[in-house]
Amino acid sequence: MERKYTKEHEWVTVDGDVATVGVTEYAATELGDVVFLELPEEGSTVDQGAAVGTIETVKSVEDLYCPVSGEIVEVNEAVLDAPELVNQQPLEDGWLFKVQMSEPSQADELLDEGDYASLIGG
Amino acid sequence: MSHPETENLKTTPLTGWHREAGARMVPYAGFEMPVQYRGVLAEHNVVREKVGIFDITHMGEILVTGAGAEAWLDGLATNRVQGLALGSIVYTAMCRDGGGVLDDMLIYRLGDREWMVVCNAANHGKIAGWLAERSTGADVALDDVSGTTALIAVQGPEAAALLDRLTVLADRRDDLHALEFYTGFTHDGPGGRWIVSRTGYTGERGYELYVPAADAAVLWDDLLSAGEDLGVEPIGLAARDTLRFEVAYSLYGHELTEEVTPLEAGIGWAVRLKDRIFVGRDVLAAQKAAGVSRRIVGLEVLSPKEGRPAPIARQDAEVFSGDLCVGVVTSGTRSPSLERSLALALVDVDAVGADLEVDIRGRRARVRMVPLPFLPARVKGDPHAERHPVND
Repeated sequence: MERKYTKEHEWVTVDGDVATVGVTEYAATELGDVVFLELPEEGSTVDQGAAVGTIETVKSVEDLYCPVSGEIVEVNEAVLDAPELVNQQPLEDGWLFKVQMSEPSQADELLDEGDYASLIGG
Repeated sequence: MSHPETENLKTTPLTGWHREAGARMVPYAGFEMPVQYRGVLAEHNVVREKVGIFDITHMGEILVTGAGAEAWLDGLATNRVQGLALGSIVYTAMCRDGGGVLDDMLIYRLGDREWMVVCNAANHGKIAGWLAERSTGADVALDDVSGTTALIAVQGPEAAALLDRLTVLADRRDDLHALEFYTGFTHDGPGGRWIVSRTGYTGERGYELYVPAADAAVLWDDLLSAGEDLGVEPIGLAARDTLRFEVAYSLYGHELTEEVTPLEAGIGWAVRLKDRIFVGRDVLAAQKAAGVSRRIVGLEVLSPKEGRPAPIARQDAEVFSGDLCVGVVTSGTRSPSLERSLALALVDVDAVGADLEVDIRGRRARVRMVPLPFLPARVKGDPHAERHPVND
């Protein structure tokens, strides 16, 4: 499945019209040890670009932005119980939430792998 | 790669080493300092379980000499300086006339008429200026040696074992073994005078070494190679903060500011009123007699869901009793050693014992008050002693 990216260092994979969202390996490394997460409620409606939660380390609080508009259909309970999953497996078990997209074309317009690699200077 | 955000910042003799080691460098009190190397949690645990070394050269060191030095310092410090034994060290605050804390610091008695004030980097200019102003007419001379002095802290249960292995201190082993907490000695090092003291701000057995800038890089390398099998690692400022937080040591800009008195901030033990006159004494004596109206307390943020990490109340989060704001968080994070969301907060004494909540970005979370320190320090006695959180 093709992975898309945002300038806010999140990744998105799309299955039908459901987008799965997480943070990139680059972000996980830059953030350092994640110790707390606040994620949006299941069933809530979210807009592209809106702050929908926080990702916290010992030292800092960063906002999580929603890369696409729609309805939150699933939140990763495992990562809420064990925030270190974000550092350990940011692209797999450390995913954050799933969005039933109201405008699936938004996902197509996100950065591709090459764009994102240039963004982070890789 | 350029470091635009670190331009015009002061460096230490170890800044190049930190950069090469891949440390994350941040501006801190006008210096470019390492905030973390391998990761704050790993570094924190190294100091609790093994031994870590810190570059804290950003701290300010001001030598005070002269026949009048002892009485003059005693007239500025909240803690008793007069009569301090040679080689002893005292933790103290200096206050404004109104009792607000200018800074907290260590004062070393290096000689009969020679003393050293070690202040926070962020307050260095303020303290240097304040001391200079106050020295007019006193029989003292001030010499700010911060620019030529490097400071390396060695902290953790294996700290004594590590220093024992240093060739440069080989002929001082008896002195090292004899060092009590808050004492030190001077040593003729390769580049000039060293000051070695059993002090630190982590709650672990530890030492601090003030050395001429020219000796810093060799000492740092020696510590790392001599302590390899002890598990020694360099430790950044982020872990320094979590380490001091768990043992509830006050940090300027958090628990201590010019807006609070040392009695409110929880360092009343460093205020000696009896038979003494010092700046701020009248206000502090009156406050002590009347009782403080607010004080630093320990809080644990409770998780809304069993087994899940609790939200973190950070500095400036407001503490509520019902609709009434009764305090403010001064420091808060997830404690790496205790794995709980803990906070130090300045709270109205009337609210102590009430059901409290904290506002975390617009959401209320329940908190419970816990005794301080969150984790007992083991700066004296067995550095490996088993320890249990005080609040269990």
